[in-house]
Order: sequence, then structure tokens, then C-alpha cells
Amino acid sequence: MADKGYLPKEKIKEFVEALGKDAAVYAPCLEGDTIIFRQYTADKEISLDRPANTPPKGAIYPQCETLLSFEFKKDAATPQKMDVELKANTDFPKAVVFGGRPCDAKGFTVIDRVFVNTDTADPYYKKRRENTTIITKCCNSPYAGCFCVGVGGGPASREGSDVVMTEVDGGYYLEAVTEKGKAVMSLSMIQDGSSYEAKAKQANEKATGAVRNPFPADARISPELFDSGDFWGRVVDKCVSCGACTFLCPTCYCFNITDEQAITTGERIRSWDSCMFQHFTLETSGHNPRPAKYKRFRNRVGHKFSYYPEKYDGAIACTGCGRCIRYCPVSVDISEIVGYLKDPKADPKQWAADKKDAKN
Amino acid sequence: MTGNENPYLPELVTVMKVIDETPNIKSFQVVFNDTEKMKNFKFEPGQVGQLSVFGVGESTFVINSPPTRMDYLQFSVMKAGEVTTALHGIYEGDVIGVRAPLGNWFPYQDMKGKNILFVGGGIGLAPLRTLILYMLDNRADYKDITIIYGSRTPPDLCYKDDLKEWEERSDVNLILTVDNEFPGWEKRTGFVPTVLKEEAPKSDNTIAITCGPPIMIKFVLQGLAELKFPEENIITTLEARMKCGIGLCGRCNLGHKYICKDGPVFSLKQLKELPSDE
Repeated sequence: MADKGYLPKEKIKEFVEALGKDAAVYAPCLEGDTIIFRQYTADKEISLDRPANTPPKGAIYPQCETLLSFEFKKDAATPQKMDVELKANTDFPKAVVFGGRPCDAKGFTVIDRVFVNTDTADPYYKKRRENTTIITKCCNSPYAGCFCVGVGGGPASREGSDVVMTEVDGGYYLEAVTEKGKAVMSLSMIQDGSSYEAKAKQANEKATGAVRNPFPADARISPELFDSGDFWGRVVDKCVSCGACTFLCPTCYCFNITDEQAITTGERIRSWDSCMFQHFTLETSGHNPRPAKYKRFRNRVGHKFSYYPEKYDGAIACTGCGRCIRYCPVSVDISEIVGYLKDPKADPKQWAADKKDAKN
Repeated sequence: MTGNENPYLPELVTVMKVIDETPNIKSFQVVFNDTEKMKNFKFEPGQVGQLSVFGVGESTFVINSPPTRMDYLQFSVMKAGEVTTALHGIYEGDVIGVRAPLGNWFPYQDMKGKNILFVGGGIGLAPLRTLILYMLDNRADYKDITIIYGSRTPPDLCYKDDLKEWEERSDVNLILTVDNEFPGWEKRTGFVPTVLKEEAPKSDNTIAITCGPPIMIKFVLQGLAELKFPEENIITTLEARMKCGIGLCGRCNLGHKYICKDGPVFSLKQLKELPSDE
């Protein structure tokens, strides 16, 4: 099987429909003026024009999913006894994530370290991940808020992808990164791509040079920088704890587990949760280790730029996709905050004052 | 590890006995419905389990029976929220779910040949109980065993049968206290940290293990520091809101450590090296 190819733009629909023959294809679909990852059906319009508003995270890690179902059962012979029957969900159909960006694909690798590469792997995520092929579109130019190169990624990064596509001459140059990706290259609408390789390389280099890097040295934050509650208080003063940053993040994976029951049957459901919510850590006794907004925000930044790197050989749990910056209703900018913490000349206590001066 | 391929899938257990410990704490003795599972089940003192009431949810509790007594697993539950209230409505013979064992355990092997000081408050005696009973079942391995335990009032003392037995044993020094004077109570009164100060146990060759309400732990840790206990010889076991119990759901972290998986047992030395939410 070839590991390089070319797909003309007008064949995209045909390509996606061919992928969809034996798999659910998740693609960025235009809905009004937003682009959302949805399971593709013929009535939907795919848009690769800009990064989608949502990451494709939900294709492998659904926002809500059934972990197991239970049924209360009675045996006529022992009417005083109620038995319970449990059944784990094992339905993980083949899937394709089409048209995500390198930051989106890398997001899955961040979750993999936690959910797959552990002695207590999450079987739901793991099996879906194994059954999913990721076809990623490289970025031609950075989008507002993007900073992938600052966190070890790039607009043409292959990390987490099975196939990467680069826009060239009215179509896409395709390159298989994995064996799973090579299988895709055998589809009939894929043409010979060898003449586009040099052009694609050039386009990727140009795009890489254009992305801003807010942390030129290293994005990792040392724990000592976490002490100033005063600094964090000022930073998140305007945060409304809405959780949009976490729900739109390709790497955020915190979840809740709840039971739903109707008469004698029910389900145990896992849903995305957000560390920005006050009740996330609230204990029944009323005790809450992170009752204040700044403590929750500090933990979120800490998890991505300090705790996660501490645990996973320096890897940053942020892919620089910029969504939390673009869609924050009060414009909290994580790259600005981490950048400020990284600048040794910066006095965190002065942060809010400096910001005010800059705006005036 | 649960021994299950799916760490979210509980084992079904039958509640064999329900014990009213205090006005708001019940203990549940459970056995696996699968007799092979019961026979092969292994855990270490201090490890926890997730109890499931199907249709209501799961909560985390320490296995407070010791691994040396495997007729059943015992969990104690204070009625406080949704799951604990549902558990208080469970009768003998009912089927619930258990995911266990989870988390780490008390480093009891390193405690051999040492004096042991237990300091507990309220339901905080539960995790200490598993270790106390384990040590009593291996009594020769340990030197002096001192237990300082208190609750608000005498009826709030947990495991009254155990307390009675420990009080009668000559190889256990049990000091009981309640917060205030109480009709019929002839033993000590005063908060646990105050009693610790008054007793002033020696820190030489001694490991201190404490569990109780957060405010008690805070002052007990201060008291132990004043008694010159080195930080690595002070062990505690923590609680937090938990969902998965396997280090994935993200809510019980202290920096990069997860209480459910890397804990719940930590030495004071380890805790001081982690970032605090304070």
C-alpha cells in the first residue's frame, strides 16, 4: 500500500462516503456559522476552511456514554430476594475522525497517556481509540489564538494522526503516518501524490513559521510559581466558571459517573465534567478543597503545565488549539497567563496592574 | 486493581450483616456472590473500595476488616449524602456492588519492630481499625501499641465491641475521650489533639498513624510535630470526592498525585512535597 497520495477537493465527499461504508465518520460540519464535529450523514456540509469550534474529542470519548446497565431481577422461587444483573457496554463500532487539525489529533495522545498507558486502562476509551482512524488536515496558516508550536506541536505535526493531509493545488496531499493510515490510501479516489510532496513540505514549513510561540524556552511551569494566591486571584477575577474552556479543550478528560434508573432497569453513565465547577470537588460533608475560583483555575493551569508534565516526562497537556481563548466569554487567555509565569522578570503581583496599563 | 478487565464493573456482593455503630454510622459485612472471587480476594490494610447502590451511585469507603479475617469484607458508612443514605436503607440479604481493592495501603511491613501510635477521631477509626486488627493478629511483629480515639459523645464512638476488647487487652494501651462531659461517661474528656498533647507519647522508634475529620488531623499533625515525630513517621489516610477510583476522573488530585490511586495513604513528608490547594 502506498503511503502518499493526492485527493482533489471535489472528491472529498466521495472520500468521506467511502470511509463511511464500514465506519462512523466524524467530520467538521457547518451549522450556521459554527463548525462542529458530527457524525457525517449525506445531508451535512463538511467545512475544512478553519479549525472547528469543537474538537473531535467526543468521537472517541463521548460527552455521555453508558458504562454499564443493570437490571433488578426476581426469581419466583425466592420472592423475598432481589438479584441484580450487570452488563457492561461493549459496543465500539469502527470510526474515522476526518478533518481535525494536528492540535486535535495530539489531544488524543494526551488522553492516551492517562486512559490507555496505565495498569487501570479505561476499556471504553481504549477500544474506541483502537477502532478509530484519524485523518488530520494540516493548517495552512494560524488561526486567532493558536499557539501549537509553544507546546511542542505544530500546524503539520503528525502526532496522534494516522493520515495527514496538506492543502496543495486544488486538493490535498495525503501522507500515511501509521499502518491504519496506509489502509486508507488504497481507496479508489486517492491519486498518485508524489509530484505534490515538495509543495506540501514547503506549505507546512511556511505555516509552522507563522504560528506565534508564547513560551519560546519551555512551556512547563515549575510548582514554585503556583504559590501566589494573589496572582491567581487577579488572573481569574473575571472568570465566570462556565466551563466552556474545558468542554472545548481537546485534552480535558475529567468526568463524572451517575446512575439513571427507571423502575427495574437502569444505566451507569459517564459524562464529561469540568474542574472549573465549584461542585467538582465538593464533598458531602460540605468540605471543598477548591472552593475558590482561583484555586480551581490554578489547578487547571497546573494540571496542564505542571502536574501532567511531572507525571508524563515533561509532556504538556495543552495542544495550543486556542479554543479556550477564542470562545471564553470573558477573554481569559491561558497562553498569556502561562507566558507571564514563565517570564522570570515578571512580578506576578504586578500582573493585573500591568495589564490595566497595557489596555489604557 | 480489581482483577476485572473492566475496572468500572463492580462485583456483586450480598450484605450478610448490618451493624448500627452510632446513631448515624452503620457497618456492612459483605461477601461476594461468586464464591471463587471471595476465596481468591486479596487486599492490603488501608485499601479502599467503591460501594454501589445501583440506581443511586457509588462512593468510596475503606475496607475496615483486616486481610487476616476473610469471612467477609466490612465497610462503615456515615449517613451524609445520596449514596450513604441509600446504603443506610440496605438490609441484610440485599445485593450491592463493590469495586475493590483500590488505592495503596499502610506500609505495615516497614512498621515491624516499632511502637505504633494510632490517633483517630469519629469514623476516622475505620481505616485504622483494619491495621489495628491486622497488627493484633500479628502481635509479635510490633512493639507497644497505643490508640488514642475520641468522638463527640460516647454514643458516637465506633466499633464499641472492639474498643471493649482492646481496653481489656494488656498489650494495647487504649485512651478514649469525648469532646465534653456526658452523663455516665467516666473516662477522659477533651479533643483528641489535646489528649495527644497530655499523653505526650514518645516519638522514639514510633510510627504515628492518624485519621479523622480534617480539622482534627490538622491539629494532630501539629501536635505530633511538637512531640518531635519525624515527618516520614507520621502517616495519614486522606479522603476526597471520588468517582472512578482509578486515577482517571480528575477530581481527587493533590498536584500530580491522585488520592484514589496514589493514596489514600500518605506520610506527612510526602504530603509536604506536593502542591497544596491552600
